[in-house]
Amino acid sequence: MKIGLSRESFNGSLKQLQEEYRIYAPVSMAFKGTFSDTDSIRYKEITTIEEIEFERKSHFSPKETLLPITQVLFYFTEDEYKEPSSDEKKLLVFLRACDIHAVKRIDQMYLKNGELDPYYKHARDRVKFVLIGCEESFRNCFCVSMGTNQTEDYSIGLKLTAEEVLLDIKDEDLNVYFVGEEKEFQVDYVTSNDTKVTVPDNLSGDVAKSDMWREYDKRCIACGKCNFVCPTCTCFAMQDIFYKDNENNGERRRVWASCHVDGYTDMAGGHSFRKKHGDRMRYKTLHKVYDFNKRFGYHMCVGCGRCDDACPQYISFSTCINKLNDLGEAEK
Amino acid sequence: MKNGYLPIKSEILEIIQHTDIEYTFRMAYKGDVKPGHFFEVSIPKYGECPISVSGIGKDFIDFTIRRVGKVTNELHNFKVGDGFFIRGPYGNGFDMNDYKGKEVIVAAGGSGLAPVKGIIDIINDNQVEYKDFNLLVGFKSPEDILFKEELKVWEKDLKVILTVDQAEGDYQGNVGLVTQYVEDIEVDDKDNVAVVIVGPPMMMKFTVEAFLKRGIREENIWVSYERKMHCGIGKCGHCRMDDTYICIEGPVFNFSKAKHLYD
Ligand SMILES: Cc1cc2nc3c(=O)[nH]c(=O)nc-3n(C[C@H](O)[C@H](O)[C@H](O)COP(=O)(O)OP(=O)(O)OC[C@H]3O[C@@H](n4cnc5c(N)ncnc54)[C@H](O)[C@@H]3O)c2cc1C
Ligand code: SF4
Ligand code: SF4
Ligand code: FES
Repeated sequence: MKIGLSRESFNGSLKQLQEEYRIYAPVSMAFKGTFSDTDSIRYKEITTIEEIEFERKSHFSPKETLLPITQVLFYFTEDEYKEPSSDEKKLLVFLRACDIHAVKRIDQMYLKNGELDPYYKHARDRVKFVLIGCEESFRNCFCVSMGTNQTEDYSIGLKLTAEEVLLDIKDEDLNVYFVGEEKEFQVDYVTSNDTKVTVPDNLSGDVAKSDMWREYDKRCIACGKCNFVCPTCTCFAMQDIFYKDNENNGERRRVWASCHVDGYTDMAGGHSFRKKHGDRMRYKTLHKVYDFNKRFGYHMCVGCGRCDDACPQYISFSTCINKLNDLGEAEK
Repeated sequence: MKNGYLPIKSEILEIIQHTDIEYTFRMAYKGDVKPGHFFEVSIPKYGECPISVSGIGKDFIDFTIRRVGKVTNELHNFKVGDGFFIRGPYGNGFDMNDYKGKEVIVAAGGSGLAPVKGIIDIINDNQVEYKDFNLLVGFKSPEDILFKEELKVWEKDLKVILTVDQAEGDYQGNVGLVTQYVEDIEVDDKDNVAVVIVGPPMMMKFTVEAFLKRGIREENIWVSYERKMHCGIGKCGHCRMDDTYICIEGPVFNFSKAKHLYD
């Protein structure tokens, strides 16, 4: 059902929804940004449409609504452990097309690579998506090149006009919450980005040995920001902590991890792999546009450009993909 | 929903000390386990780490653990009757069907003997099923030798070459790297050989080369890889080499596949 309604009416619907749902959307937070005096846009629980940032791209991706930065796996005492009581409220998440495509990649890892991850599954079963249409491309986006600029995989599609909120409600469970006049419209999607990449289709593992990675040895400072903002990065590390006031009690948790950051490969006995930062760049890049595809049949990167937005060293991932392609072309 | 992250508590039945820093813990356990499998072993507050099974019995499994850090240091304070947490078994393990009827050679370096010890036990108990068996094992020094008692038992029926990198004084045994002794292993039919190589990265690299040089085919060589592992179940990403997850598809690989993997 396609309808149009006023912002007030939409907020009324959100209010009703909140009895059953936690609603997450990108929110601008003043002066919390990477660079001084800039905003940080990230996912927060919201209650009204006015809180949602529609004008700009979110710096952090919606993955943290499904996969928290820190997640308790269980609490323990010396001899026993207890799983955390799970949140039974449903989730409604506002996000863009590339990020919906990114969820498919997270599903791939957490639901289909080896055994099922029960924590992710629990969140995934409860979530519904509201697609925010994109009227125009943001800086550094290359979703069109990655084929992730458009999706039909949403419960509600949303388009904002000066007067109205237009909704394409596909999920019948959600119909009852919204009252509006029928209206024909299309959810916006971009058909061209300034940034374009060509993912090479003739790569082999040999590119791992290429000189092109050496450029990043010095440029990349291994801060890991590119991984943390990426909607498709899913690595985590396990951590045990105990409480200061009661040392016998504590928790085992998992926290996001980055393949760029020191220590990612360290093993006992002092062995480690990819000491050079350029090799970490190579490991990430090939995962995004080569290894993942080899394993699962489609590319991991969805072209959101957040890694480029976030890198303090102005390393451009899209440029890196294109260099990889030039390398392939040269070999043809 | 099954939660693969939840460990079970297992009791320590016996502790055998090999060296100052290496002990074997015999743990109560019932279930199907193969040599080459590993478990995530944990102590609340200290953390979790992957450890291979070094012995498999009807009601127990063995872990041979070197003291190197948080979890493993703390483990070495544990006593018989205490317990710690385990989850597993993980990984593919060694498939003994690949080795039956063949001239089996196991080449191990240092603590690499732990994951392959199960293979040696099985072959020692079922000798008629294997055409021949050679163990080539190297340690840094005489003080570092693991499984001294077992080595004595194996030496009775099986061909064993034990060597140390360096030794002081009037040490009687072989001295030198494992690779130096690859030549000494008698091979009857090169095409009916199965070689299993496990040890530190450099040892594996050069030992594989030495066997290839002897004319053993890549398809007849198996290796077991060690990588950092946080989950053991294909989620945390740490163990990945190109498109392969060592915790799921490995840690055991035929060399014809392993040679293509890169970090
Ligand atoms: C499949 C597999 C099988 C294994 N089997 C065995 C086995 O049978 N027996 C055995 O003894 N070991 C085995 N290991 C190795 C074992 O997992 C490690 O020794 C163990 O993780 C050490 O844990 P720890 O908490 O005691 O040490 P940690 O405190 O984690 O670290 C020990 C040392 O490792 C290095 N290190 C580790 N993590 C970091 C980091 N994040 N940053 C910097 N340095 C770091 C440091 O040098 C440190 O001193 C196996 C590993 C794998 C992957
Ligand atoms: S690699 Fe960069 S462009 Fe690709 S999905 Fe991740 S953050 Fe977005
Ligand atoms: S590529 Fe940039 S953002 Fe990523 S780790 Fe290196 S310096 Fe940090
Ligand atoms: S150990 Fe976590 S993915 Fe392999």
